[in-house]
Amino acid sequence: MAHVSLEVAERRKAWSFVAPALVWTFVFFVAPFLFMAAMSLWEQQGGGIVRVWKLNNYIAFFEKDALFRGLTNSLEITAIVTVFSILLAYPLAWIIAERVPQKYQRTALILAILPFWTSYVVRSYSWLLVLSRNGVINQALLNLGVISEPLELASNRTATVIGFVHFFVMLLTLTIYANLVQLSPNYRRAAADLGANAFQTFWHVILPLTMPGIMTGAFLTFVLCIGDYVTPQILGGNNELVLPQIIMLQLGRRADFPMAAALSIILMLVVTAAYIACARWLKIERT
Amino acid sequence: MTAPVSIENATKTFASFTALDNVSLNINAGEFIVLLGPSGCGKTTLLSILGGFLQPTKGRILIGGKEMTGVPPAKRPTTTMFQDYALFPHMKLKDNVGFGLRMRGIGKPEREQRAKVFLDLVGLKASADKKPHELSGGQRQRVALARALAVDPDVLLLDEPLGALDLKLRRQMQDELKAIQKRVGTTFVHVTHDQEEAMAIADRIVVMNQGKIEDFGPPSEIYMRPRSLFAAGFMGEVNFIEGTIRDVDGTQAIVETALGKVALPKSCFTAGMPCIGQATTLCIRPEHFRRAGEGNGPATALGQATVSGSAFFGTHYRCHLTPTGAPQMRIVAHMPQSAAVMEGQAVMLAVNVGDIVALPPKQA
Amino acid sequence: MARNRLTNFVSSVYAVLIFGFIFLPVIMLVLFSFQDGRLPVSPFNGFSLQWYEAVFADRKLMSALLHSFLVATISSLVACLLGFFAAYGLARFKLPGSALQRGLLIAPMTVSYLIIALGLLSVLNVLGIGLSLWTVGIGHVVINLPLCFAIIYSSMGDQHINIERAARDLGASDIKVMALVTAPMLLPSLLASFFLSMTFSWDEFIIAFLLSRFDVTLPVEIWSLLRSGLNPKTNAIGSLVFLVSVVLLIVLELFLFGRTKKS
Repeated sequence: MAHVSLEVAERRKAWSFVAPALVWTFVFFVAPFLFMAAMSLWEQQGGGIVRVWKLNNYIAFFEKDALFRGLTNSLEITAIVTVFSILLAYPLAWIIAERVPQKYQRTALILAILPFWTSYVVRSYSWLLVLSRNGVINQALLNLGVISEPLELASNRTATVIGFVHFFVMLLTLTIYANLVQLSPNYRRAAADLGANAFQTFWHVILPLTMPGIMTGAFLTFVLCIGDYVTPQILGGNNELVLPQIIMLQLGRRADFPMAAALSIILMLVVTAAYIACARWLKIERT
Repeated sequence: MTAPVSIENATKTFASFTALDNVSLNINAGEFIVLLGPSGCGKTTLLSILGGFLQPTKGRILIGGKEMTGVPPAKRPTTTMFQDYALFPHMKLKDNVGFGLRMRGIGKPEREQRAKVFLDLVGLKASADKKPHELSGGQRQRVALARALAVDPDVLLLDEPLGALDLKLRRQMQDELKAIQKRVGTTFVHVTHDQEEAMAIADRIVVMNQGKIEDFGPPSEIYMRPRSLFAAGFMGEVNFIEGTIRDVDGTQAIVETALGKVALPKSCFTAGMPCIGQATTLCIRPEHFRRAGEGNGPATALGQATVSGSAFFGTHYRCHLTPTGAPQMRIVAHMPQSAAVMEGQAVMLAVNVGDIVALPPKQA
Repeated sequence: MARNRLTNFVSSVYAVLIFGFIFLPVIMLVLFSFQDGRLPVSPFNGFSLQWYEAVFADRKLMSALLHSFLVATISSLVACLLGFFAAYGLARFKLPGSALQRGLLIAPMTVSYLIIALGLLSVLNVLGIGLSLWTVGIGHVVINLPLCFAIIYSSMGDQHINIERAARDLGASDIKVMALVTAPMLLPSLLASFFLSMTFSWDEFIIAFLLSRFDVTLPVEIWSLLRSGLNPKTNAIGSLVFLVSVVLLIVLELFLFGRTKKS
């Protein structure tokens, strides 16, 4: 008798520990998300929201060029940003892991990611400074006589890409470095021992073994980049809007919550697809 | 194939620490050499220098008669079997074993063929398409061996390869290593701190301590006729008994010890001829002590001793004895299985002088 | 040897270039915060502290700073507490569907902040609840709870169980065990998750933007500043935030580094 109630009491205790966090997550995350999913099937009509329960918003997404373009722009920009960030970050991670003396590696790494600690908004803004007509780059090019008129560097897709790459190079340097540094030095020795030169060792052994670091960083880059509103808004200049900007537009003037919800669901689906692809790749790598 | 190795006056210093101190060694082609010693004795440093991963501060390395001192690992006719195996986790076994062949520009069908031959040599042909993480520790080690042999090196360097295995597996691998070495005929240089392992597999053992070679020779030589106190103590249990040389003549020397006077044939002095008045340390192994009157052969009496403790070890009793004539001394001796040993028992000790080794005492 | 020198040279050049790329905007930011003039771009007219004065004189900016601090501190505390209790419950007891529960608690980490903000905004609109710093705080707990939970849960190793058992054996009640034994043992991960949450909350924009009304946090206030064009005042506040973060980082490095050295 007493034994049974002890077990029940234990379980009740356990639930009471976990319950607050679960309740919070459910009330402030799951429920709003479900509500938003439901709302994506409704419609904004006149001043209010009508519960239509139709896929109209989604259909509009595929039909309206302005809306669909948002997704394609997002995907294109994210792809370019991911590729460039990997290409720029890998050598830096490699230099810190291989060329910098052990005791300075931590300092070098922290230096490499120091701008992380400027506010994200301020960081994008500072690229506006650099790329603007009076900014450093234009001034330098003018002084060197390379150009006679300032270039329009800010307020376009290139500026957005630069702003993103700046951020994600730091992130990828971190993940690739972490991967590089935990590789046993004996891999390199074994490869050299068996006749491989430096390039062959890198290509056949080191690069494949750092794939996890690259893929982790690439996945984070994808998810964060495609869902970002700040950098495109500051640097993109109102051309070639990305999906988050279009979502925010729905909220602004038109207060079209159902449409914003539908677009958000679509964004979520894209991110989920990326997550599944990455998980599957990781599973393949494990076996 | 195979080749002799010659190390001439190799010294290696790291800042203030001397890892190797003027080490010279000649290894014959096809020999199984074991570098034996405690941690920090320089054996791994020497192996790394042979492999080309470290450069000696002074001295030369010759392999097959050719100067190899500055040659990088890729260009040396050596391969190394690493302590953590260092198998490439993302490659199948056949690609691991074939890696060296691929670096030599050998085409895919031929190198897969050769890889399978070497996997067969270590008994893993059926697993050619598996990846390292699917194997056990012992199997991975065999793959590492196959990979190292696949490029047909003159010298194979083994860096404590059996350390991570359990006892039974270790014994099995020792036999296999020995058998494979005999088959391929390559010179093997094997590093370990386990003297039992060294004796099991070596053709000759190099005992090292603090960057110097203490002794070098076949296992039986080193065990029975050590040439330094360190080697004597490292190879197994030994009793050190101080003494002074009182008299020397043509064939023997008289040494006075706390256990009495002993007449030793000159052959007992493995590290230099005896001189009158010299201090010396007698090394007697526990299994060489006998009770007076037992056993065959001539025996010299060493006085009476009391048993102060004993433990039964299956094949023998391991006893602590306190000599009556020298109560501050502790002697470890093995008594036969059949002996009824009891604490407090008085025993008359004896030893065959041929089993004794006399060495110069430790430099203070 | 020659090849080694070549790779060293190329590596150095690359390192300089890329560090230059990484630091270029930050240098411009800080440099032009001292601009003696109206525009935070070339030419650099001279050294002046006027914009820093302007920042400190800006009431809205200063109160936004305070708001950020309050929201960050309180939401991180809540996230840490909830995460700690949940981690304790799931790590120390056998509950049915624990894998599902853990998945649920970590799920918000995989969703874009924009979507989390929109979800909360929609619900708040429908329920007629007004936006405020509290709603921002709720959003920040949502994004930081998974992090705190994950960090603390992964640090609750089995080696701690026996220590807790010993404490119970000696007569301590559950709360006492948690407060006097478990929490101190987990202090590093508790502190880590708290400070990480503070960092994320402090810098977070989109949730703060969408879920606040009159009282805003610093990133949102800076955003409003941006509306008025390029302004050295923005440089000044940005540089201040950066400076504070760097100083904190140095302090943490020295403090933590000193700790790990001793242990």
